[in-house]
Amino acid sequence: MQITVMINHRQVTLDVAPDDFLVDTLRQQGLYSVRRGCDTTCCGLCTIWINGKPTLSCSALSFRANGKHITTIEGVRHEAEEFAHFMAAEGADQCGYCSPGFILTVLAMKRELVNPTEDDIVHYLTGNLCRCTGYQGQLRAIKKYLGVTA
Amino acid sequence: MRKYVGQPLPKTDAIAISTGKPVYTEDLAPAEALVVKMLRSPHAFARIKSIDTAKALKIKGIECILTYKDVPGVRFTLAGQSYPEPSPYDRLILDPIVRYVGDEVAIVAATSERAANEALKLIKVNYEVFEPVLDFEQAIDHTSVVHPEETLTCNFDIGMEKGRNICSTHTLAVGDVEAELKNCEVVVEETYYTQAQAPAMMETFRAYTYLDHNDRLVVVSSTQVPFHIKRQVARALELPFSKVRVIKPRIGGGFGGKQTGSGEVFAGLVTLKTGKPAMFIYSRTETFTSTTSRHAMRLKVRMGADKDGFIRALDIENLSDTGAYGEHASTTFMVCGDKTLPLYNKTKAVRYHGHAVYTNKTPAGALRGYGATQGTFALESTVNKLAAKLNMDPAELRLKNIIKAGETALAYHGKVLGSSTLDRCIEKGKELIGWQEKYPFQELPNGKIRAIGMAVTMQGSGIAGIDTASASLRLNEDGHYNLLIGSTDMGTGSDTMLAQVAAEVLDTPPEEIIVHAADTDVSPYDPGSYASSTAYVTGMAVLKAAEELKQRIIECAAKVLEVTPEQIKFDGRELKTLDGSKVITLRKLAESVVVGTDKNQLVGNATYGSPISPPPFIAGFAEVEVDPGTGKVEVVDYVAVVDCGTMLNANLVKIQVEGGIAQGIGMAMYEEVHYDEYGQLKTSNFMQYKIPCRKDFGRITVAFEESYEPTGPFGAKSVGEVVINTPPPAIAHAVYNAVGARVTHLPITPEKVFMGMNASKK
Repeated sequence: MQITVMINHRQVTLDVAPDDFLVDTLRQQGLYSVRRGCDTTCCGLCTIWINGKPTLSCSALSFRANGKHITTIEGVRHEAEEFAHFMAAEGADQCGYCSPGFILTVLAMKRELVNPTEDDIVHYLTGNLCRCTGYQGQLRAIKKYLGVTA
Repeated sequence: MRKYVGQPLPKTDAIAISTGKPVYTEDLAPAEALVVKMLRSPHAFARIKSIDTAKALKIKGIECILTYKDVPGVRFTLAGQSYPEPSPYDRLILDPIVRYVGDEVAIVAATSERAANEALKLIKVNYEVFEPVLDFEQAIDHTSVVHPEETLTCNFDIGMEKGRNICSTHTLAVGDVEAELKNCEVVVEETYYTQAQAPAMMETFRAYTYLDHNDRLVVVSSTQVPFHIKRQVARALELPFSKVRVIKPRIGGGFGGKQTGSGEVFAGLVTLKTGKPAMFIYSRTETFTSTTSRHAMRLKVRMGADKDGFIRALDIENLSDTGAYGEHASTTFMVCGDKTLPLYNKTKAVRYHGHAVYTNKTPAGALRGYGATQGTFALESTVNKLAAKLNMDPAELRLKNIIKAGETALAYHGKVLGSSTLDRCIEKGKELIGWQEKYPFQELPNGKIRAIGMAVTMQGSGIAGIDTASASLRLNEDGHYNLLIGSTDMGTGSDTMLAQVAAEVLDTPPEEIIVHAADTDVSPYDPGSYASSTAYVTGMAVLKAAEELKQRIIECAAKVLEVTPEQIKFDGRELKTLDGSKVITLRKLAESVVVGTDKNQLVGNATYGSPISPPPFIAGFAEVEVDPGTGKVEVVDYVAVVDCGTMLNANLVKIQVEGGIAQGIGMAMYEEVHYDEYGQLKTSNFMQYKIPCRKDFGRITVAFEESYEPTGPFGAKSVGEVVINTPPPAIAHAVYNAVGARVTHLPITPEKVFMGMNASKK
C-alpha cells in the first residue's frame, strides 16, 4: 500500500506492506539513527516523533503513519548536537547506540515539561534503557542543559 | 604537571555517535547483502535424523540453505582468546548433535528478511531427542554426555573429562587448609549461587561479510576481538589467515559478551558458498538464548579466623556451569580464585578448587568481571558473615586483613603488589556513606528499615604473561600523527584515552593524534579489549611507541640542525637547541622527512605485554531501604571508592564506574535467569530479563583514591571490570543488616528477602 508522510519536514510517498513497522521503513529511507534494540518495546532505542510525540517505531505500523509528521534525530540535528555536547562533557555518550532515541525523548521532554524536577526527568525517561552509563552522567547532562537545580 | 593525561576530555566520536551518524556495523553493510537467519533447535539435547529443505528452497528469494552436511568438519571455539586458546575446540559451525534450545540447525540466506523467515517455517527436521543435562549440580557423571565426540580437542590440558561432563578442573592450594581451619577459633561456612547474567549490550550481535577485489573474505563485525575473530573464522572455514580480514567499526556496547564470536562464521560461510555479501543480525531473543552469558556458579566457602580477627584459612570450592560449549570455561574458573584469594593475605593456608561442567543450556562465556564477580560475591558475603560472628565491624575486619602495596599473598604467584590504596578507599567510603551514623540499621517512621553494607574487590589489568599489544604511531606531512592500534573502543572511550597518552608524550593536543582501530589489515596486533587490558597493556604499547617516535623526531632534528640529540629540546611544536640558537618547527621537519628531501617518514612502533596484572581495587558501600512487610529492597545510595591508579581521563573513568555499579546492581537485584523443565530459557527478552532502568536505584556516588602503579602508563591500572563486583555482596550485606535475611542465591528478590526474614526469626 502507498502512504504519504512528512519525514523530517520532507514529504515522501512510500510503498509499504501492511505489516511493516516504521523502524524498518525509516531505515530503508537511510535514516540509520533509528535502531531496533529489542523485540518487546522495552528499550527505547527506536524512539521517533510522530506529530511531535515520542513513539516507539518498532511497534508503530508504517501504514498508520499516513498523513503524519515523522521526526528522527536527523530532523532536529542542530538541537540534538547542542544537547550532545552536554552529554560529551560528562563522558555520558559511551557506546552511543541508545543515544538518538534517548536524545529525541529528552528534546520531547523539554517541549512538554515546564521546569521539571529531577524526579520528573527520571520518570519521563524511564523507557529509555542504557547499559553503559548507569544513567548518572545522562542526568547530569540534562540538568545542566535545562538549568535544573532541584 | 600533566597536560592531557587525566583531563576530562570528551570522546572524539561523541557527537557523531550521539546524533545517529551511520557508523555501526549494520549501517555500513551493502544494501544487497543477503539476510542470514538461523533455524534453531527446539530441543535441549538431540540428534538430527533428517532435514528436508526442499520446500523452503522453493521460496522466492532464497539463496541457500545450509545444514551440517555443508560445513567443514573442523572443531573450533568461539572464545576470543590469545592463541593457543584455553577454551576447548568443541564446536562445529553446524553439528548433527544439538546441545541446547537455540543451538544452530540450519542457515538460511535470502534476498529479504521476509523470504528468510518464510523459509525457516518450511524446513522439516526430524530429531532423536535425548535426556538433557539441565541441573549443573547433577552434570558430573550424568547418564547423558553432552560432548562424547572423538573430534573434540584441547590446545593443552585443562583437566577435561568429557565422559563425565567435566569441561575443566582446577586446583590452587597453598598450605594445609584443613589443618589450619581446625586451628581457627572461628570458622564460617556458606554456599552461594550466582546466576548466568547476560551482557545485554544495546547493540545485539551482528556481522556482515563479503569477498573483496582480491577474493579475500572481509568480515565487518561488532566485536571486541578482531584478531581473534580472524583466527577463528580462518580455522572454522578452513581458510589461510591471509585470506581473512576483520574490521571493527563503532560498537554498541560489549561488556565482555563480544569477546566471543557469534554470527561471523555463519555469514562468512554464506559468502563463501554464494560469493555474495551476507549479513547476520541477532535478534534480542537470539542474543539471550544463543550467545553467551556469565558462568553461573555454586561456590562453597569456608573461612577461618583467630580470635583477633585475622583470617587464617580460606577454602573455596567452585562448580561452574559452562552450558553447552566451553567458551572461557577454564579461564573464568581460574580468575574467580585468582582475584579473590590474594585479597586477604594474613592467611596461613588457602585453597580454591573444582570444575566447570557441561550442561544442555545456553553456553556461558566472558562477561565483565569474568569469574571475579562471582568469587567476590561469595568471598565478601563470607567476610561479612565472619564479622558478624566475631562481633567486629566489617570495615575494621577488612582493614586488618587486606593486602597492601609491597606485600604478597599465598595465592599471588610469588608476585609483590605494586600499588594499592584500598585502605584509603575503605576509609573514604565509610565517610561518604555515613558509616559511623548509619551502621548497621535505622528504623524509619514509615516502618521501613534503612541499612548499610559493604564489600571490597580486586581485579587485574590485562592477562599477565600472555596478552601482548602493539601500537604504531606515524608522523604525517604537516606534523599531525596517526595512531594505529588493535584495541576495540566499545564505548568506553579508550581511543580517546589512548590518544591522551600519546599526546602527553609528544606534547601535542590529543586532536592532533588520529586514532585508527581496528582493522586486521591495518592495525598492529592486539588481542582486543577484554580482561581490563586496554588502558594498561595497549596503553603501555602506545606510551612506548610515542616515546620511540619522539626520540626519532629529536634525532632527526639534531641531524638537520647539525647538533647532537642531547642538545635538542622538543616542546611538541618546535625543536630547539638548548641555547636557543637553532630551531626547526615540527611542521617543517615533518614536511622535509615525508614529502621533501630527507625521505624518512618517522614511525614509532612498540609491542608490550606485562609479566604482572596489577589489580585495581574498589570499596563499595550500599545503603538500602527494606520494606519488612514485603521484602522489597530499594538501593538508596551506592558509594564506590576506586583505586585504578592514575586516572587517564577523569570523566570516562567515572562513567565506567557508574555504569559498572549499575550493571552490578542489576546482577544483585533484578537479572533473574529461568529455564523451563525442557531446558528452554524463559528469560529471553527485556520483558522477562530485567536490566535496571533509571528508576531502579538511587544515587551512585563515585570517588577516587589514586595510587601510582609503577608498571602502568603514567601510573594507570584498569577500571573496566572491577566496577561490577561489589554490588551483589554489599547489597546482600545491607539487606542482612536491615532484616536479618542472608540471601546467598542471586538475585536478591523480594521473595527471597521475605522468606529469609521469616527463616531468621525462627
